[in-house]
Amino acid sequence: MLSFILRRLLIIIPMALLVVSLTWGLIRVAPGNFYSEEKTLPPAIEENIKRKYGLDRPWYEQYFIMLGNVTCRPIAADNPSTTGVRFSIFGQSIKCFDFGDSLKYLGKSVNEIIFTHLPYSATIGILAYLLALITGLIAGNVAALRQNSPWDYGSMTAAMLGLSVPNFVLGPILVIVFSLWLFILPPARWGGVANLILPVITLAAIYMAYIARLTRAGMLEVMRSDYIRTARAKGLDEKTVLLKHGLRGGIIPVISFTGPALAGLLAGTVVVEKVFAIPGLGNIFIQSVLNRDEPLTLGIVAFLSILIMIFNLLVDISYGFLDPRIRYE
Amino acid sequence: MFAGENLSETDNLFEKRLISIGFLMLLAVALIVLHWSWRTDYFAEIGLIVFLIVFFSLTVYAVWAVRTSTGNSLWADAWKRLLKNKLAVFGLVVVWFMVLLVAVGPTLVYWLNGFTPDYIPSGVDGGDRVRSFAPSLRHPFGTDDQGRDLLARVLQGGRISLMVGIISTIVSLIVGVSWGAVAGFIGGRVDNIMMRIVDIIYSIPYILVVIVLLSVFGGPNTNFLIGLIPVAITTAITLALLIYLGVKVYRKIVETYTGRVRPIWMKITIALFAVVFVLVLVEALLFNMWLHSLFLGGIGDRMATGFMAAAGQGLAQIFLLFFALGLVSWLTMARVVRGQVLSLKNQEFVLAARATGVSTFGIIFRHLVPNALGPVIVYATLTVPSVMLTEAFLSFLGLGVQAPYASWGSLASDGIKNIQIFPWQMIFPGVTMALTLFSLNFLGDGLRDALDPQTRKF
Repeated sequence: MLSFILRRLLIIIPMALLVVSLTWGLIRVAPGNFYSEEKTLPPAIEENIKRKYGLDRPWYEQYFIMLGNVTCRPIAADNPSTTGVRFSIFGQSIKCFDFGDSLKYLGKSVNEIIFTHLPYSATIGILAYLLALITGLIAGNVAALRQNSPWDYGSMTAAMLGLSVPNFVLGPILVIVFSLWLFILPPARWGGVANLILPVITLAAIYMAYIARLTRAGMLEVMRSDYIRTARAKGLDEKTVLLKHGLRGGIIPVISFTGPALAGLLAGTVVVEKVFAIPGLGNIFIQSVLNRDEPLTLGIVAFLSILIMIFNLLVDISYGFLDPRIRYE
Repeated sequence: MFAGENLSETDNLFEKRLISIGFLMLLAVALIVLHWSWRTDYFAEIGLIVFLIVFFSLTVYAVWAVRTSTGNSLWADAWKRLLKNKLAVFGLVVVWFMVLLVAVGPTLVYWLNGFTPDYIPSGVDGGDRVRSFAPSLRHPFGTDDQGRDLLARVLQGGRISLMVGIISTIVSLIVGVSWGAVAGFIGGRVDNIMMRIVDIIYSIPYILVVIVLLSVFGGPNTNFLIGLIPVAITTAITLALLIYLGVKVYRKIVETYTGRVRPIWMKITIALFAVVFVLVLVEALLFNMWLHSLFLGGIGDRMATGFMAAAGQGLAQIFLLFFALGLVSWLTMARVVRGQVLSLKNQEFVLAARATGVSTFGIIFRHLVPNALGPVIVYATLTVPSVMLTEAFLSFLGLGVQAPYASWGSLASDGIKNIQIFPWQMIFPGVTMALTLFSLNFLGDGLRDALDPQTRKF
């Protein structure tokens, strides 16, 4: 188990570097750059800009400088740079995770931007996933336990509806109904708890639907299996059978959905941030890509990929606790 | 008597083949004509007529094939099960109707009120100001804020949305099915490497890469990508050839020397061979880069300028969308097909095919893939709505379909800006899209229950 976790943790490093390299390559291969505007710059100025950002060097040198900055590299002790994480071992200063300064938001380092804007997105994302988990599990269980009843058909049709309505359509409709007609919730912006309700529902809708469907299918399969019959035969009451034995097996498809769900939540938060005017990381990311703000794009891509991969690892670990039949060699 | 029976069976088979070939050719003609007519003039009736002929004959052919298929073949059974599922039938009917509607719709709207999807009336209200009209008999979906008929635009946008969904799914089908089938059939180390690659790509948050790809190569930079097509083709051919040769040489080495030399020498030889092989691959890449600088780049540039002149920016962006969306949705398909092939490849019919001398390629694509078709169809049906949803999301961010083209996603996201004053601008495209996705999802679910009774979710 421990070696499995270690192996998976180690593999995250080359994977994250691969994603960063891929993104770097895509940005660099494409024509255009961050400094050219509508009118062309005088050649002398362009040369100066290139020298300042190290763009006059050969591409492989630039690539390795980028890799060194993004991971770790030794620097001189009197290096004035303030970006990245600095520490020293045996008198040698080392600097890690240095994505440099943003090219558009002048004077702000990439790490600073990420950590100021992350909390907004993270709050909405986590709350939405929790909401989706709770409602989805309840709806799926009700549907599975009352199979082929109006409850079942009702919740499954609702789930299908949730799968089919794009969240950028759902969000504005909710705003119209609850903010502009009924005047009970604020339509946009960041503020108190009331501001959170609509974005969280908008983001959670599609995951509620997925989780409800997965739970229903998983529970139907599990409740017909032999070990549930054994549990019933032992004379356990129905509540224990359902919650202690049934749910543990039935929830596994939901857990495996967490990985794709996280990737989707990322896309979803971009939409929700745009619709509800929330200053989260998603919009910053889109803007950075459109601005060709290379350090910021790389920073966000690296940060989010590592985050997602760690969550995927947690999901894989949790299988072992939920289903005793799964073992890691 | 025996011979006669046999003959009639063969005749029947040939007849069926001939009919399918005929339909395929008709379909090809229709697509070409439709495309051509769609570029120059929305209402070149001939394209529409050909499309309708093909569409209805395909429908008739499907119904006829189902009706005449006797006995309890897999497909006849599946069809019966599908028809019992009310929701799936509802989905099928709506999807069929939607395809028909987006094809003939703009023409019907033109007959209704004389508006084409791109027609901007000047000076409504007597002045030079155009405003968005609420839904009325003349404009059933209202008009957008430039005065264009929204129904015509929604139907026109449906073509793009459905096309993006279907073509991206076909791209993912081709890549995923080939990848999964080859990995599953060859097995062993090749399987391990190929599926490991899938795992690696799977754990990349693809939406980030797609956003970077579309925003960096979208707009005026698409011709750069088109310019790379010739060198991409030669590179792919060179690499495929080299890998094929490399595997052959590797097998030869293993076959000839195993057991005849000491294992340590064997290991050293293979390691050396691996180093040489990697170096040769790098050399091949460099060679292709040289070819690119020599003359392939020039060809690519000419292709790019030609394509841009003929098709325009908007269409290039749509092609980029096919590519980007297809590229990220083949992974699950590869896994599904590999699982199927693994369970099929040890059956007798594969052994029989091998005994009669069918090549590996032939076994994979003529014998295994058709037998794995059920789950593939199911998964493809469910991929279409998810791709359409992703396209809508990208269009909402302004990275997807660009003006003058529109899709349901871009129409809805345009409508959101005016939602308070002109709600119909968002509601109609959004609802049409939701209805289509709803039906596609139901159809996919129904197909899963019908084609794959083992995994049926009770």
